[in-house]
Amino acid sequence: METVWIVLIASLAAINCSLIGTYLMLRRLAMIGDAIAHAVLPGIVIASLLASSKTSLVALVGAGSVGIVVTLLIEFLHGQVKLQPDAAIGINFTWLFALGVILISFLSKKTDLDPECVLYGEIAYAPLDTWVGPGGINLGPRAVYVLAAMLLVNLSFILLSYKELSVTTFDPAFAATIGMNTTLWHYALMGATSYTTVATFEVVGAVIVVALLVAPPATAYLLTQRLHKTLVVAALLGILTAVGGCYLALWVNGSIAGAMATTAGGLFFSTFLIQQWHKKSPQVPISPVT
Amino acid sequence: MQQALAEFFSFSDPNIRYVLLGTLLLTGSAAMIGSFALLRKKVLVGDAVAHAVLPGVCLAFIITGTKHPVPLSLGASITGWLALVSIDQITNRSKIKEDTAIALVLSVTFGLGILLLTAIQHTGNAEQVGLSNFLFGKAAALVSDDLKTLALLGLMLIIIVLLFFKEFTLVAFDKAFAQASGLPVRRLELLLTSLTVLAIVVGIRAVGILLMAVMLITPPAAARFWTNHLPTMVLLAAVLGMIAGLAGSFVSYIAPAMPTGPWIVMTISVVAYGSFLLAPRRGLLARRIRQRKHQKKTLTENILKLFYELGVTEGSVGTKRTLYDLLKSRSMPTSRLVAGLKRLQKHKMLQQEGLGWRLTAAGSRKGKEISQRHHLWKLYLTQHLKTEADHTHEDAESIEHIITPELAEELRGLVKLPVTGKSTTQHTHWTFEGAGQGQPVKTPAGE
Repeated sequence: METVWIVLIASLAAINCSLIGTYLMLRRLAMIGDAIAHAVLPGIVIASLLASSKTSLVALVGAGSVGIVVTLLIEFLHGQVKLQPDAAIGINFTWLFALGVILISFLSKKTDLDPECVLYGEIAYAPLDTWVGPGGINLGPRAVYVLAAMLLVNLSFILLSYKELSVTTFDPAFAATIGMNTTLWHYALMGATSYTTVATFEVVGAVIVVALLVAPPATAYLLTQRLHKTLVVAALLGILTAVGGCYLALWVNGSIAGAMATTAGGLFFSTFLIQQWHKKSPQVPISPVT
Repeated sequence: MQQALAEFFSFSDPNIRYVLLGTLLLTGSAAMIGSFALLRKKVLVGDAVAHAVLPGVCLAFIITGTKHPVPLSLGASITGWLALVSIDQITNRSKIKEDTAIALVLSVTFGLGILLLTAIQHTGNAEQVGLSNFLFGKAAALVSDDLKTLALLGLMLIIIVLLFFKEFTLVAFDKAFAQASGLPVRRLELLLTSLTVLAIVVGIRAVGILLMAVMLITPPAAARFWTNHLPTMVLLAAVLGMIAGLAGSFVSYIAPAMPTGPWIVMTISVVAYGSFLLAPRRGLLARRIRQRKHQKKTLTENILKLFYELGVTEGSVGTKRTLYDLLKSRSMPTSRLVAGLKRLQKHKMLQQEGLGWRLTAAGSRKGKEISQRHHLWKLYLTQHLKTEADHTHEDAESIEHIITPELAEELRGLVKLPVTGKSTTQHTHWTFEGAGQGQPVKTPAGE
């Protein structure tokens, strides 16, 4: 039963990340996604200290806002201070992450976080943290509810604003001319990214979540030409990543999150290499004369 | 605390000396090589390399079973290198863009590293304790054997950078020119990249995998704000990196259980933010002050020009004008106009009389000067750059505040000034030359 819960939790986390990650990749914001995933750490530490439970709603809201703060800081260093964009990203998320690690080292006795688990989460323990209903009924792991709710939010965000997201992603100039607020959509996506990384934090940690955000969408991008297909394939690859990762982790007796990242990477690189191989040996065209 | 500080900075403990020397060499050399990475816009690739070091370290440990620095560094370099090659191949051979490729390689290699690390930890091998120090760095855990190897590598890095300084500069700034002057650009780039990988491999012991990229990015970015001179920048970056390293090893000394990396990063980030905001010339504050000054200058010059040109069209420059008159001919926020008028009055360019203002002699001279600059630029654009006359106004509006008297003189020599009254252009108000001041138009020689 526990394994089933783990696979379910891992799949939910991976689907959430794949959907949002597809837009990050298409908007060339993959490294911003990386920055957000790192930067939410101090928010999570402080929130977990205040709320005494990592999965409470307060913690989610507070921590997610730090993710938006880091995008504003990057924007500030790039736009106002005139720093080159890559340096602006690199400087901001690292100090926030460092701050998070320092906070954890100071508060390790008061919170159940430790510096290493923030890197790759503790999905194996997630099924143990169950939600007990009013009558003392065991309603299953808390993480399942958090991630399912997050998936509901992400899905409705994408489905309800599919057109707006597409236009601002593929042709921001056109979107601006027809009067759309591209900044608003940018920050809506940044908010979705922040909250997704916070929701999946407990399960896969602050760093490995990047692999789930980027690898399945990148693989799907290699395989598809249309946005809706990319999204669906990315989500399916996310599930495959989760299932494969769980088995790989069981096999080598290692971290499940690490194994999921490895699986996601394996899927990407095998797709990439197969495509390269096909490109290198083009089929000889059939000649009309024999 | 004070006692610990005194003890630390007396450097009497040989252990402190070792750790300190090691940390300084690691952070300093990383900052030096980072300067070139920053100029070549390759710093985020450095982040990916740093993460990719983890599987190399773990594999080397699995194969050799020891934590000897040589095989671990070798393994780290190999996977770091592979990460670079993968990013390059993915971006060149598929439709995937560089940022996605970097994020992908970074997270996947790190995930693989975590998988291996946790698998090693679960075997219960006693040797593995301390491998996780690679994640956040622990300067205090460096033993003298490690330090000797790492310090040697750091020293080597610094020497190579100094030897190839000129070549690296050229490659970083102008690759095409470097190629044209016969430099082996590809090999130099390879060397620079290898040095970056080496700097990361060496530096992670103190700073940690997760935050190593900071040592490549932040000190050079901060140094860049203080100077435009590359050798100074590289030196300054190294010094700033070393200051952070010093802070890190001090924390390691007073709290050996604390990871070093985050403290090094916080120190250098504070230094960097300070530089971004406060550095002279390039800093945000200095730039804001400059902008403010220019805005003030633009405002007062515009007001003077308005007074002067209104006077010229009406035939008398010295007329008293109220706020209403001024706003009717040129719309601007009233509060700004009033502030500008007051400033001009203080500088004796305007004279307040009741509800109105009047140009003084000095103000009139200045107004004329600005108006002339405006029209000189318009003429220059139409005559020399063949711009349509009705497109020149906007441009002249902004350039008139920048043209120096010398430049105005030069322009005067370049353009043909239309003769009063016979002007065929639509800029009939050029005729102000003859109108108010009674100064004849000077036509350049040869006209």
